Amino acid sequence: MATGHEAAAANAPTAGEYIVHHLTHLNSTAHAQKNVIDFSVLNYDTLFFSILMGVLGLFFMWRVARSVTSGVPGRVQAAVEILLEMVNDQAKGIIHSAESRKFVGPLALTVFVWIFLMNSMDFLPLDLLPNLWQLITGDHHAYLRVVPTADLNGTLGMSIGVLLVCLYYNVKIKGLGGWVHELFTAPFGSHPLLYPVNFLMQMIEFLAKTVSHGMRLFGNMYAGELIFMLIALMGAAWAGTATGAFLWIGHIIAGSIWAIFHILIVALQAFIFMMLTLVYVGQAHESH
Amino acid sequence: MEHVLGFVALAAGLIIGLGAIGACIGIGLMGGKYIEASARQPELMNALQTKMFLLAGLIDAAFLIGVGIAMMFAFANPFKLI
Repeated sequence: MATGHEAAAANAPTAGEYIVHHLTHLNSTAHAQKNVIDFSVLNYDTLFFSILMGVLGLFFMWRVARSVTSGVPGRVQAAVEILLEMVNDQAKGIIHSAESRKFVGPLALTVFVWIFLMNSMDFLPLDLLPNLWQLITGDHHAYLRVVPTADLNGTLGMSIGVLLVCLYYNVKIKGLGGWVHELFTAPFGSHPLLYPVNFLMQMIEFLAKTVSHGMRLFGNMYAGELIFMLIALMGAAWAGTATGAFLWIGHIIAGSIWAIFHILIVALQAFIFMMLTLVYVGQAHESH
Repeated sequence: MEHVLGFVALAAGLIIGLGAIGACIGIGLMGGKYIEASARQPELMNALQTKMFLLAGLIDAAFLIGVGIAMMFAFANPFKLI
C-alpha cells in the first residue's frame, strides 16, 4: 500500500496510484487505515457528507411542507406527494400494524431520501470536490471521498441501526418472553434438543440480514465509484498517446452512459434499502 | 511478486465473469417470467413491475459487490505483501 500513498504526491500518478488515492478516506489519523477493523479511526469525509445530505434532505422537505397547499399543488409539492404516497403504499403493504407505521413509515421515507441524496454525490464530477479540498487545505495530495455510501462504515452503520429497530419491535410486539421463546423454538419447532439449532439459525439470520443489507448498498456504490474512476483515467490518458483524441471522446461517451445507468442504480439501491428496512421490521411483527 | 499479480488478475476475471453469468441467468429468468405473467394478466403489470425492479436490484447486488471487490484487487491490491 505504501507505494500508492506516498508516490501519489508526485505530479503524475500512475493509474493505480490515482485510484488508491481516490479510495483513501480523510480520517482522523491523516493516513490510510492500516487494519481492517479499527474503531479509533473516524472518517471525517463520510461523516461530513452524510450529515450534510441529511440536513439538506430535511431542509428540502421542511421547505416543501411549509408552503404546502390543499389547492392545486406546485410541481415540487406534487413530486413530494408522489414520493410520500409511494413510501406509504409500500409500508401499508408490508407492515400491518397502524401504530408501528407511525414510526416506521417516516423512517422508511427518511432512509429513502437520505440514501438517495448520499448516492447522488456520485454524479458530481469525480475530481471536483477532492480538488477543491486540496486547494483549500493547500495540501495537493489531501484525501477526500465524497460518496458516504461507498464507505462500508456508513452503510453498515445504517444497517445496524435497522437491526436495532428490528430488535426493539421484536421485544415490543412479542414481549421479552415471547421473543426469547421464538428465538429458541423457531424455525424447527419446540423440542429441547432443537433449542441450540434454532438459536443458531436465528443468530445467523440476524447476522446475514444485517451484513447483506449494508454490503449490498456499499458494493453497488463502491463499484459504481470505481467505474467512474476508471472512466476518468481513460480521459486522463489521452495526452500521452497518438490516439488520445479518441480516448478523450471515449471517456465522455462512456462517462455519460455510465452516469445515466447509474441514475437507475442510485434510485434502485435507495429503494431496495428502504424496502428491506420495511421487510425486516415487518418480520419482527410476525410471530411464528 | 509477478505471479501474485498474475493470480490476482485471473481472480478478478473469474470474480467478474462468474458473477456476470449468475446475475444474467437470474435477471433473464425473472424478466422472462415477468413478461409471461404480464401477458397473462396485464392488469397486474404495475404491481409486478415494482417487485421486478426490487428483485433485479437484489440479484444485481451480489454481482456488483463482486465487481467492486475485483476492482479493488486490481487497483488497490491487498495481496502485495512485499
